[in-house]
Amino acid sequence: MTAVEEVPISAAGNPIGFGNMKRVEDQRFVRGQGNYVDDVNLPGMLHSAILRSPFAHAKINGIDTSAAEALPGVVAVLTGAALEGIPRPSLLGDNFAWMPTLSYDTQAVLATDKVRFQGQEVAFVIATDRYIAKDALELIEVDYEPLEPVMDAKRAMDPDAPVIRDDKGQTDNSITDVHGAKTWESGNAIGTAEAIAAAEADPDCVVVTQEIMYPRVHPSPMETCASVAQMDKVTGQLTLWTTSQAPHAHRTVYAMVAGLPEHKIRVISPDVGGGFGNKVGVYPGYVLSILGSIVTGKPVKWVEDRNENLVSTSFARDYHMTGKIAATKEGKILAVDVDVLADHGAFNGVAQPTNYPAGFFHIFSGSYDYPNAHCKVTPVYTNKAPGGVAYACSFRITEAVYLIERMVDMLAAELEMDPAELRLKNLLRPEQFPYTSPTGWVYDSGQYELTMREAMRIAGYDELRREQAEKRARGEYMGIGISFFTEGVGAGPRKDMDILGLGMADGIELRVHPTGKAVLRLSVQSQGQGHETSYAQIVAHELGIAPEDIEVVHGDTDQTPFGLGTYGSRSTPVSGAAAAVVSRKVKDKARLVAAAALECSPDDLEWELGRWKVKGDPERGKTIQEIALLSHGSLELPEGVEGHLEAMTVYNPPNLTYPYGCYICVVDVDPGTGQVKVRRFIAVDDCGTRINPMIVEGQVHGGLADGIGMALMELIAFDEDGNCLGGSFMDYLLPTAMECPDYELGETVTPSPHHPIGAKGVGESATVGSPPAVVNAVVDAISPFGVRHADMPLTPANVWRAIQGRPVRVDLAVE
Amino acid sequence: MQTPAPTDYVRATSVANAIALLEEHGEEARILAGGHSLLPMMKLRIARPEMLIDINDLDELRGIRVEGDELVLGAMVTHREVLESPILSEHYAVFREAEKVIADPLVRNRGTVGGSMCQADPSEDLSALGAALRGTVVIQNSSGSRTVPLREFHEGPYETKVGPAEMLTEVRFPIRPGAGSAYEKVERRVGDWAVCSAGVFVTVKDGVVADCGIGLTAVGAEHFCAPDAEAFLIGKAPTEENLRAAAKLAGDASDPSSDQRGPADYKKHLAEELTFRALTRAAAASQGA
Repeated sequence: MTAVEEVPISAAGNPIGFGNMKRVEDQRFVRGQGNYVDDVNLPGMLHSAILRSPFAHAKINGIDTSAAEALPGVVAVLTGAALEGIPRPSLLGDNFAWMPTLSYDTQAVLATDKVRFQGQEVAFVIATDRYIAKDALELIEVDYEPLEPVMDAKRAMDPDAPVIRDDKGQTDNSITDVHGAKTWESGNAIGTAEAIAAAEADPDCVVVTQEIMYPRVHPSPMETCASVAQMDKVTGQLTLWTTSQAPHAHRTVYAMVAGLPEHKIRVISPDVGGGFGNKVGVYPGYVLSILGSIVTGKPVKWVEDRNENLVSTSFARDYHMTGKIAATKEGKILAVDVDVLADHGAFNGVAQPTNYPAGFFHIFSGSYDYPNAHCKVTPVYTNKAPGGVAYACSFRITEAVYLIERMVDMLAAELEMDPAELRLKNLLRPEQFPYTSPTGWVYDSGQYELTMREAMRIAGYDELRREQAEKRARGEYMGIGISFFTEGVGAGPRKDMDILGLGMADGIELRVHPTGKAVLRLSVQSQGQGHETSYAQIVAHELGIAPEDIEVVHGDTDQTPFGLGTYGSRSTPVSGAAAAVVSRKVKDKARLVAAAALECSPDDLEWELGRWKVKGDPERGKTIQEIALLSHGSLELPEGVEGHLEAMTVYNPPNLTYPYGCYICVVDVDPGTGQVKVRRFIAVDDCGTRINPMIVEGQVHGGLADGIGMALMELIAFDEDGNCLGGSFMDYLLPTAMECPDYELGETVTPSPHHPIGAKGVGESATVGSPPAVVNAVVDAISPFGVRHADMPLTPANVWRAIQGRPVRVDLAVE
Repeated sequence: MQTPAPTDYVRATSVANAIALLEEHGEEARILAGGHSLLPMMKLRIARPEMLIDINDLDELRGIRVEGDELVLGAMVTHREVLESPILSEHYAVFREAEKVIADPLVRNRGTVGGSMCQADPSEDLSALGAALRGTVVIQNSSGSRTVPLREFHEGPYETKVGPAEMLTEVRFPIRPGAGSAYEKVERRVGDWAVCSAGVFVTVKDGVVADCGIGLTAVGAEHFCAPDAEAFLIGKAPTEENLRAAAKLAGDASDPSSDQRGPADYKKHLAEELTFRALTRAAAASQGA
């Protein structure tokens, strides 16, 4: 751990640099003065509602909208057939009924031939108010011819399964990625197979195989998706207020979808009430509000209700994984192999970098030192809602971490070895960094054992094991679960990583005004991360300007430089680096201005926070505020130095950053009812440099709650008729404060060597790392009943059935 | 934002006025009490009454009191008032135990006893409690009022003996000196409906069970009770063996269906397990333990 630097405090009491600081955005949020899309109201604005399919799979024989159109207050009703009639001068198709997904598939804006999931968009009503729009939905007659729905990814693979994507001329339900592949592999297939075969034949080795389901869950941001589109027919300017985690990427997609000139599109993301990946994709509702404004000539607002958000927007996970882990009987891991069946729903809407069709899943080899790893991922279409980007998953790292951390625990059970001891035996050692994993990732830095021992120290691990033994002797069932995770976040580099051809690099602009106050313009988009605070702190750290003197501007494509947005924990690794780099550019220029003013050589100056001073004569110097005024004044500047004090940069990360951590969860299980009580949760995160520790801890708290929710209750299941069984918050359970213990947090700090301020990003660490800790704890608690594995969510019923040796299949209706 | 279908709204000025309004507007009218079931159903357009008759002004329906050997709760008594009532706690611990696990503070602040009973959700906790204590309800119409035992109140899921132009005005429970009571609930998460709940009272006299009541919710037990289990226990010592045997009969009284809260076999198991746990605590409480 590095020593804590003394940070000067500003006039407003804020750290001029890194340290705890209350979030400036909370001033408006806690007063109810946030400005969300639904708060946008424009003169003459119309409202809208979407008719959604009640069927998961059905042919549409006809749609009669006449009664709806006749309802007073209804302005227009759009159907798929109507959209097919609107020619679209763009590269991505010739009409508006279909749009591209972020992974080069197509998705219906409004269904034309068939509906392919329950909740799919079928018709769009525009009316003078929201109630009339909803009333009109009930007057639309759709002639559906139900078809057999395919709700089980395994069933989708059957040769006789109904074909979902016949619109594309498919004859099966396989998904072909942009490279033409139907499966995607990584790692060393032959070496891994040989290592596992050798271990199976070796009496001194063991191989453990397990089928593991990471069921479908939903991001469930507090604010549902929404947009207000205003097409100005006079100027040809489209303004779209929208819930977007990536305003610039969305603008480019709209330009491609609508064939509109990009410079005539302005995308504004005002305050966004949570994203978690749910607001990365482009949804039919957004496109329909744009089309609605084009058709009516008036602004059109579209706001989802909760049910619509749950049943139709981007889900997460839905990975059927089969893992195999081989090790010596001493507990040295030799190889891991994984076969995944990935349920992508009806349209392949995953938002992964183009060259990574399964995201970063192949970081599944984890935090351990072994030579052979291999995975194969096979995606399939089913009659479920499309997506697959979502939910704080770091591009599928959530699934990967869950897989390896469950497999390691099962290996420990097989070897009758303490799972902490097994991990300590296999963790990567500090001197191995930068470490190239068996699937090709280059981990930047880590002190894994230090972090793990810190978590064990806080937990009092040995004491917990003693307590557990005593309780077991009394017939009480407590469990201790460990997870050690490594993430790779902060995509790009741009040469390796793009989304729809857009390289994952981010621009930033910093302007210091004459009085020394500054404005920083970001491409990334806060959905609650506190960018307005932490980015000001980065500039403060670099330039010595007080955070309260720095305005952070984001969420408006007309006011900010291009960039790919906020998801996959990429803001701090990419845009945070950009903020440091652009500050340094300003600092370099400030040095030239200061030298001119002090009539010395720039080489004679040295930096102390907020000031360039003359070496050996520290009384002579210029503060950044003085330099700002000088650079805008009449001072004669040296040859080649322009006036004013500003800079811009585009940051292209040289590598991902690799935050990691060790989590320990303690649960008590009531075997008579299957109820799980999370008693303690210890989380030690190493995310490198912490810009604002309070924000980091807030992110960790949220992620831990999220992980407890996924492990214990969250689930989007479907019945055999295709009905979504998680369409309301009565059915889709989110954890409350009552299910969450007081978290015990710790930290180690291992800066990223390639990031300008050594920060690694932490937005998804806790969501990624916590589910396996909870599940490992529950399985540990009920291991005396012979249980080695149980699938999430570990509801009381599922725990009880696991104890009975009759586990339920969690992704289908309970029978 | 959820958008209910068009509806009209009127505030009743008295119980008689509310009943007159019900008669006037017919079957498409609904009484609005706490609104914590009705309004969500309206927002989802599952319920679409044409007229809402708001009875929140009717103070005559409020208050918890003792009348003779009965506890009387007005229909508009809120869950929170039940939870915090010293009168109810004095006589039965089960009120407080059940209310602590009903929904969440927001719902408990506005949701009412009468509204919950009339909504008659098959997972309603108060139905189990009411059946266990063998309570009664008072139903009023324009020609007078009648008393119906809670064990005869339900006609099926979401259906009760309250007719179209009728109102439930009171819920009454007999006071049983020396009774112990307890409530046990399993839910997937705080605030969720029960996977299964068991509410019981036991009166132990001279070392044997003199009286008892067993209520079950969410598991399809007829009238939310387990009469065979009760009959078995009467006159027997409250030993673990006897309580287990009674709990087994309670499990047999359940007829749960599988849903996302759990498979039927699990719910049946819970009916038995939770009944046993509740009986054990109630019997101990009755014996002053």
